[in-house]
This record gives sequence, C-alpha cells and structure tokens, in this order.
Amino acid sequence: MTTKYTEDHEWITVDGDIATVGITVHAQDALGDVVFVDLPEVGKTFAQKDVAGVVESVKAAADVYMPISGEITEVNEALRDDPSLANTDPLKAGWFFKVKLSEPAQIDALLDETAYNAFAAQ
Amino acid sequence: MVPFAGYDMPVQYPTGLMAEHHHTRKAAGLFDVSHMGQLRLVGPDAPAAFESLMPVDVIDLGVGKQRYGLLLNDEGGIIDDLMFVNRGHDLFVIVNGACKAGDIAHIQARIGSRCEVIPLPDRALLALQGPLAVNVLQRLVPGVEKLVFMTGSPFRWHDADLFITRSGYTGEDGFEISLPGDRADQFVRTLLAQPEVMPIGLGARNSLRLEAGLCLYGNDIDTTTTPVEAGLNWAMQKVRRTGGARAGGFPGAARVLAQLDGTEALTRKRVGLIAKEWVPVRENVELQNTSGEVIGTTSSGLIGPSANKPIAIGYVTPEHAAIGTPVVAMVRGKPVPMEVSAMPFVPNRYFRG
Repeated sequence: MTTKYTEDHEWITVDGDIATVGITVHAQDALGDVVFVDLPEVGKTFAQKDVAGVVESVKAAADVYMPISGEITEVNEALRDDPSLANTDPLKAGWFFKVKLSEPAQIDALLDETAYNAFAAQ
Repeated sequence: MVPFAGYDMPVQYPTGLMAEHHHTRKAAGLFDVSHMGQLRLVGPDAPAAFESLMPVDVIDLGVGKQRYGLLLNDEGGIIDDLMFVNRGHDLFVIVNGACKAGDIAHIQARIGSRCEVIPLPDRALLALQGPLAVNVLQRLVPGVEKLVFMTGSPFRWHDADLFITRSGYTGEDGFEISLPGDRADQFVRTLLAQPEVMPIGLGARNSLRLEAGLCLYGNDIDTTTTPVEAGLNWAMQKVRRTGGARAGGFPGAARVLAQLDGTEALTRKRVGLIAKEWVPVRENVELQNTSGEVIGTTSSGLIGPSANKPIAIGYVTPEHAAIGTPVVAMVRGKPVPMEVSAMPFVPNRYFRG
C-alpha cells in the first residue's frame, strides 16, 4: 500500500489495482465544516483530473478531481449520510470513493507525503 | 483572512463558521464591521436633501429613530442599501464598505450644496448580536438596555464617545456600536473578555443574514435591481408613493412608482427558496419551472445552520413568485427540487420593547 497526494489536496492510497481517494487534513481545514458531498456513480469512468465530485462547506464549494484515470468501484455511502466525517476523520472513515486504476503508472508522478506537506505549507 | 472591500477580513475564527453561527443565535457574537462607511449629513436642509436621493421618508423620522434606506440611480436601480439615524443635530448614515467611496461621491454630487457631507473614516463599527448581547453590553455601558429595535443614542465608555443603535443584520436582538477607531482595540478586548462573547467572521455573518432573509448588496441587490423587484416595498413609506404628500422626487421615481402602483409590470421578483433535498444551492444557479423552462436564477444560497436545510434567495418571473410554487434549481446539471418560501427562514427575534 502506498499513499500519494495531489496539488488539489486529495490523498490516494493504492492497494493492488484499487485505489481509495479522499481529501487531506489541510483541505478539510481550509473548507471548514463539510455539509455536503456529491459522489460519482459507481461504474462510471473518469480520466485523470476530471471532476468526479464536489465537497461543500457552508462557506465554500470545491470540486473533487480524479487523481488518476479509472472506473469508480465503490463510493462512501456513510460520508454521503454524514458529510462531517470529512472533517473528523478525513484520512480513514471520511474516504470519498474507490477507483479501479486504468493507468497505474500515473501514480508515480503524484506527490509523496513530504512533497505534499511542503506544497500545502506554501 | 480574505480581501474584502479593501480590507483584510477573517472568513472565520479558529472555532469555525458553524460554531460561530450557532453561538450568535444562542449567546452573543461580536462582528468587526469597521469596513462599513459611516458619515454625517449636517444642516437644516439635510433631511429634505437626503430624502431627495431615496424612496424613503426621511423628513418625518423622529429624533433617536433609525430607518433602512436605499440610494437609487436614475433608472431606479439600487446603488446601495443603508441605515440612517436622525440624531437631531445630524443624520448619521451607515453604508456598505464596498460601496462607500461611490456612495459618498454620489451624495456629495447630488446634495453637497444643500448640506455638509462628512465622512467619518476614524470611527470603528462593531456589531454585538444575539440573545445575550443586551446582558453583555449593559454591563459595560449601562442604559443600552432601554433602547428598542431601530433606535439609537449616544453613550460613553470611559472617555470614549459611543453611538449605539439597537439593530443588526443577523435577525437577532443586538447592537451596532460606532466608536473612535483608536479606542476600538481596547473596547473589543473588553467585550471578548465577557463570557458570553465570541468573535464572528464574514462566513457566519453571511449565513446569519441569509437565514434572516436579508439582502447582501452585490449578490441579492445591485444597480440592475429595483427596490420593487427586490421585494423591499416595506422600506418605501406611503408618503413617498403615488398619492402620498411627498410622492416621487427621488432618482428613478418614474419607474419605481410605476412598479409600485402596478402601471409597470415586473419582469422578476426576489423570493426565498427552500430545497427539498439536502443539496446546497449557491448563488448564480439557474432556476426552472417544472416544465424545464428557465424562470430565474439564485443570488445567494447555502445550507442554513439553524434552518438546517438548504436555503436560497433568488429572482424568478412574477408568475412563479407565490409562496409554495415548486421550482427546480439546476445544480451542476442536476435538478434539485425547491419551493418558493416565506422569509425569514429563521424567525426574527428583535427587541421591540
């Protein structure tokens, strides 16, 4: 299992050919109290950087981008019911969706934790 | 912090928008609104002169009373909305921060020969809002508890002169406090030291005013909207309307009066909207009727923390403006069912004595 990050403040953990995607601690901090998530349909295919969903707080809405290309295999229904999971446990219970990777090599170009933390601190 | 009206202002403090919002509804929230413009209009002709700029009764406003006003352009569009107090020796006016330079230029150009127009850039402005605001403020400034909604008086705090009105923009009881800028820091720290008080940022200011059904200038009203389209008829007293003793005589009067007396049909009206699904409907979202025809757009919207549902303000064609009318908001291409609703979305709790 490896975890990588994007400049859109998402994390992606890869386990075999399935990756789990969520937003970072920094992202939920910047958004504030999350009140709504719009999650993609299971079975839908996205290219890297496509908008796959939306996360909204009372003060702001942000698009959720696909960090890598692939097909949605599962979405977090618990997050849909309780969007505050994105604040309270963004790296675990607050995950957004799972993707079957179509181009696994894309992972290598994403940020590692050190690079992401440096980026987010800017 | 974000740039806002030429000032760096906090969207939220560390406790976050939601906590700030709820705190204001149950205790007391402190807002630094010093970016807003404060000015005095001085001279025997000031009330009549100021009245010539607005569809509002200024002349008959009693001493110590406060009223909502609207500066209009010659087409009847809203240049700004404002609050003013008859202080006897002057009119004390508070305008929006983003509009203040334009407002002062407009007032100066139109009535500068009839009264003195004196901007007060050295005064700070604070709003203390919420059901416990009166408990807090009377502890520091005894006597404020005697004010009722939309009245004001001068007070002193140590050697600082304050002008306090019982008003605000949250739908709650509360006060707006004008004070010398060089005493604001000390006064704010004293207020924040009171157990009931929490500082509130722009984010909660927006969610609180939207739940109260109040317009945000630049979103819900601007130079392209008339007061009648905006549903602000209550702000235009009978004496200034067709048939009134001082009817018309303000910029845009021909159009505004025609819209008020029905001789000019409206093309759109401001309404409140509540979503039937848990999907936030923000500003600039297209509104359709149930047959899929475009009937308007939203101008503000969010999930109301106290209303506990998605609420919005928008403009729709008059035939869709009746309360209960079903409409459809197109959020990112997906239809969200909504219903035209009465405002405020959360009951007002003003102190009327």
